[in-house]
Amino acid sequence: MNYKVHLDIFEGPLDLLLYLIKKEELDIYDIPITRITEQYLETLNLMELLDLDVAGEFLVMAATLMQIKSKMLLPPDPVAETPEEMDPRAELVRRLLEYKAFKGAADKLRDFEGKRSEIFTRFGVEPELSGSDSPFLEVSLFDLISAFSLALKNLPKSDFHQVEKDEFTVAEKVHEIFHRLVKEPVIYFSDLFKSSKNKFEVITTFLAILELIRLKEVLIRQDNHFSEIEILRNVVRA
Amino acid sequence: MWYGREETMQNDELKAVIEALLFASEKPLSVEELKEAFEEKLTSEDIAESLNGLKADYQNQNRGIRLFEMAGGYQFVTDSRLAPYLKRFYQEREKKRLSQASLETLSVVAYRQPVTRADIEFIRGVNVDGAIGTLLEKGLVKIVGRKEVPGRPMLYGTTKAFLDHFGLKSVKELPALSEYTLKDIEPHLLPPELKMVEGAVSDEAEEHSTEVE
Repeated sequence: MNYKVHLDIFEGPLDLLLYLIKKEELDIYDIPITRITEQYLETLNLMELLDLDVAGEFLVMAATLMQIKSKMLLPPDPVAETPEEMDPRAELVRRLLEYKAFKGAADKLRDFEGKRSEIFTRFGVEPELSGSDSPFLEVSLFDLISAFSLALKNLPKSDFHQVEKDEFTVAEKVHEIFHRLVKEPVIYFSDLFKSSKNKFEVITTFLAILELIRLKEVLIRQDNHFSEIEILRNVVRA
Repeated sequence: MWYGREETMQNDELKAVIEALLFASEKPLSVEELKEAFEEKLTSEDIAESLNGLKADYQNQNRGIRLFEMAGGYQFVTDSRLAPYLKRFYQEREKKRLSQASLETLSVVAYRQPVTRADIEFIRGVNVDGAIGTLLEKGLVKIVGRKEVPGRPMLYGTTKAFLDHFGLKSVKELPALSEYTLKDIEPHLLPPELKMVEGAVSDEAEEHSTEVE
């Protein structure tokens, strides 16, 4: 079954790098380039495993990281024009800081948006924001992918290889999760994978969650950064 | 401060007229628009002062209504503490929150306007065709012109609907870009525009801060 998820919620390679820097508690001004490159490529692999559309920009950044890495391995150029060679990471750091500033500004706008929603005007003068937009996520896709990676690692290791037919479909998993949510108010992300028999089931389950997010049937919540991810039903406002 | 009896009357009268004008209006009114209602020569300061007085009255009397300035105009709005009741009663009127991609793109447009698509893409590191399309569709950004460089790319800026969506008086009210402190990095590595933006936004905001609070 060819099932490609089109989720337009990637904030791009810079966002992924900032996410990894925060998660690994790295110093943005002194990024251990080998470590970050490894982590970055690992995330990209996971995204590909999920058959998510990995935008070209992610690959360009991967190439940039590897270029910086190789530059740092080389001894300084003896015939360089400037005596103080520029750190190969400088441009990347500059871009990360710039992006971070705008991300901060976006967070402030989010606060304003929240405050504004507490105020009702007369005659409904608020302009109707028509048109489509991607679903708003409380949790970033990178958080979800990290959790997915953990679920994959926790799979029981099987010693022998067996050819299996596709036991699970995304559609079935969507139904399964949805029915669980009718009964339980909250499902923990990790609980969804406890009964998973193999990698294929983990992937199918994960794709089902993405699909439910896309359909705006569920809300994803996380109390603290890197804490357990919760899945809730998005109660339809009648 | 001691006001003469007549002057006090006059101030109250002015407030009452403005209150009535705003009540009867079908759209928010700016100070300039309100000025037109009076035959006698009133300055913008007079109007602004009355608006402030009126605003304080509603605040002090702890009413369910507040006078609020947004997107360049004054209007009566509900007090935010009553939001739970209003949200329950007017469920269909609850506004949709923007996606992260829309919000980040919007923040670049807001701070860097007028700005080209390429500029936004350089900062965000991703293609923004989709995000710009969404924002145009929602009326939160608009095309404000073309940049006189090869290809004459379109320039984007924010709209009144943008100010309304975030409850802002004007773009001047946007907080200065934080975390733009690059003190730990060698200054010579910084391109000039990076230092400029931080100063530009905050300075301007101070200079043009509105008289009416």
